[in-house]
Amino acid sequence: MARPVRMLVVALLLAAAPGLAVAAGPGFPLEDSGADVGNQPSLQRGAQLFMNYCLGCHSLEYVRYNTLAEGLGLTEAQVAENLQFTGGSLHDTITIAMPERDAAGWFGQAPPDLTLIARSRGEDYIYTFLKSFYVDPGSRLTGVNNKVLPGTSMPHVLWQLQGLQEAVYRQETGPGGERIEVFEGFELAEPGSMTPEEYSQAARDITAFLSWAAEPMQLERQRLGIWVLLFLAVLFVFSYLYYKELWKDVK
Amino acid sequence: MSAATDKKGATGGGLSGWFRKRFPWDQLMEDHVTGYYAPKNFNWWYVFGSLALLALIIQIVTGIFLTMSYKPSAAEAFGSVEYIMRDVEWGWLIRYMHSTGASMFFVVVYLHMFRALLYGSYQKPRELVWIFGMLIYLVMSAEAFFGYLLPWGQMSYWGAQVIVSLFGAIPVIGEGLVEFIRGDYFISDVTLNRFFALHVIALPIVLLGLVVAHILALHEVGSNNPDGVDIKEKKGPDGRPLDGIPFHPYHTAKDVPAWVVFAMVFAIIVFFAPEMGGYFLEHANFEPANPLKTPEHIAPVWYFTPFYAILRAVPDKLGGVLAMGAAMFMLFLLPWLDRSPVRSIRYKGPLFKLALTLFIISFVMLGWLGLQPATSLYTILARVFAIIYFAFFLLMPFYSKIDKTKTPPPRVTYHG
Amino acid sequence: MSDGVDLGRRRFLGAATGVTSAIGIGFVAVPFLSSWKPSARAQALGAPVEVDISKLDDGALMRVEWRGKPIWVLKRTPEMIERVEQADPMVRDPMSEEPQQPEYASGRLRSIRPEVLVVIGSCTHLGCSPSPRFDVGAEDLGGADWPGGFFCACHGSKFDLAGRVWRGVPAPLNLVVPPHKYVDDATILVGEDEGVA
Repeated sequence: MARPVRMLVVALLLAAAPGLAVAAGPGFPLEDSGADVGNQPSLQRGAQLFMNYCLGCHSLEYVRYNTLAEGLGLTEAQVAENLQFTGGSLHDTITIAMPERDAAGWFGQAPPDLTLIARSRGEDYIYTFLKSFYVDPGSRLTGVNNKVLPGTSMPHVLWQLQGLQEAVYRQETGPGGERIEVFEGFELAEPGSMTPEEYSQAARDITAFLSWAAEPMQLERQRLGIWVLLFLAVLFVFSYLYYKELWKDVK
Repeated sequence: MSAATDKKGATGGGLSGWFRKRFPWDQLMEDHVTGYYAPKNFNWWYVFGSLALLALIIQIVTGIFLTMSYKPSAAEAFGSVEYIMRDVEWGWLIRYMHSTGASMFFVVVYLHMFRALLYGSYQKPRELVWIFGMLIYLVMSAEAFFGYLLPWGQMSYWGAQVIVSLFGAIPVIGEGLVEFIRGDYFISDVTLNRFFALHVIALPIVLLGLVVAHILALHEVGSNNPDGVDIKEKKGPDGRPLDGIPFHPYHTAKDVPAWVVFAMVFAIIVFFAPEMGGYFLEHANFEPANPLKTPEHIAPVWYFTPFYAILRAVPDKLGGVLAMGAAMFMLFLLPWLDRSPVRSIRYKGPLFKLALTLFIISFVMLGWLGLQPATSLYTILARVFAIIYFAFFLLMPFYSKIDKTKTPPPRVTYHG
Repeated sequence: MSDGVDLGRRRFLGAATGVTSAIGIGFVAVPFLSSWKPSARAQALGAPVEVDISKLDDGALMRVEWRGKPIWVLKRTPEMIERVEQADPMVRDPMSEEPQQPEYASGRLRSIRPEVLVVIGSCTHLGCSPSPRFDVGAEDLGGADWPGGFFCACHGSKFDLAGRVWRGVPAPLNLVVPPHKYVDDATILVGEDEGVA
């Protein structure tokens, strides 16, 4: 038995080795969001920001208002008062009034539903995206562009909070002697109502909220998982000892 | 009861006697469970067969419950999966069990096949056991492929698009065949609906039939073991193999802790990493299918990637498809390619051991390469490993014959 | 059996494994069975329904749907109420002793306010929906004895203007009164009462 196991381990190690070398893909480097789904105050702030700034265009069509109460540690009355602006029942899903066709006409494409954005793109993507808007006169529609999603048709809806930032480039000479621009970072051209730290926290809160919305049961399943594993551990002990006991017959 | 020794004409009163005269359940139990003598020297590699059965049961049970809430239509499929995840009580657990189960089924079956390679379980007289097993693997792959379209996410859609297009490589009839499979001019509601039917009814029936055939064929010729020695050759005065023990209770008792370990691994994935880093549930599949926009990077689910890498390694559409089909077909030929006088790796010579090691490495590497974007370096690597893959099979008649083998012991080795 | 086998230990471990496995299978069954309960969407669709009765005329019946069932709201005139009282000898359960209604809607009139009857319009025999027959003394329903009420064409069951079942008809019980409450003077909430938050 030992030898085949060893062979398999070697094979797997060989397979894993190149994976370590080529982990990062191309594209704008994403910042670690630091979002914490277990932090209910953060989720509540994120929900508030989402409802005020994002819900105009982006729905959460699979999330029901009443699940917000349980997930965010609020009462249903608080949800109805602070987070549900559309009227209707608490059982309703978080939809928007904007017809998809109009939206497509205004923005070039309909703003996507964001229920699962944290699962399809990841938390770091959302966080970095929210922090990477910059003034770009070349963008005719919105006047801003985004480093994470260049050419996005989304306006910088949080600009009053963050202010407006400009992209700073460094000039370098390429191998062929040509001039190339290398992105260095953002510079705040016009401050907003929040300090950069406060804005980062706001982006983190929205990210945490969207992460919760993408999988509201994620904390519950982890809690349950511990119990399942403990139970299976007990079952393993009994069944293994029984096997050993029974196999005393086999000579 | 105990007096009734003649099994066929078992008398016995009461309900069980009445039943037994009409249906030989006790004979079936005797033949396949309590009176099936399996070698006592099975090691832990031998648990993957019953684990595969467990995985199949999990898929069937969770699958049945998923169909109760799933809607096989292009307009509703994606939403109905999220409905299961959120609105159906415990739906998320059932869905995660099914998605994890699919991958775990392949993990178990790959290890089960590897076990067969190690100990020569495909050799005479177990050729049909192996062939039925390979058919199971083939049908399982189809089953997984059809099932993967059902969530109707971006990966579902474009995965189906790519795989179905493979049939387009067939000369003359290709394009017509692709249209026939889709039932439309693109992957559409119609395609989803028929894939659903195939996934939940047609293929599971075939799969169950093949599983029965696989087990019947195995029980006809008897199980192999890590020594590759036939236990039927050495029988005691009672006609039982000296090195055999009843499958139940001995091997079942050994399988139970293995099932529990499997359940623990399963639970760790379901409860703590259901996406398994994007390998079991791909990130792009959380975006609804969009026929107008291909995701930047598409790769099949991990269990198809070795064959996908071989497909991509060939710079020709038809050639790639043929190479992929041939890679699959090679496995079917295995019983007739191995000319070694011994079964088990324990007694095979250095050539076979080297070949098997290279094969496993190339299979794993092809699997990894199939997940990567096709850069020129990776394509070259894929070609190298594809050549090793084929060489393992095509050269086997030679190296297995000239290899320096050891003589197996007359009876199995077992140190209680 | 060979030497060194402790049968007691063997039996204990076998039983422990068996019992623990059985408990485990029981636990696994729970989520599967629970998944058959009404989902969050079903609950959302089955949420309480508000009924505006401000425009309901005296003697008129309105129908609303709640959880897939027809809910009848009947505004009874004083004359209709009187006829309910007169019907006492002809109905099977005149004082609503069977638990077919919440506490607050028991008694003869089976309603919170005497003039407003709220019942599920689904026959207690086999679930057909009876039709309103407010024509007093209808020939086909017993002539002079018929005080107006509901008639189920499926199997001929009759109910009076309080949803009380006639004697000698197939339906065994009075029509069901759903949980309901008055949100304000002109609005009834069907599906929720004072007891439930």
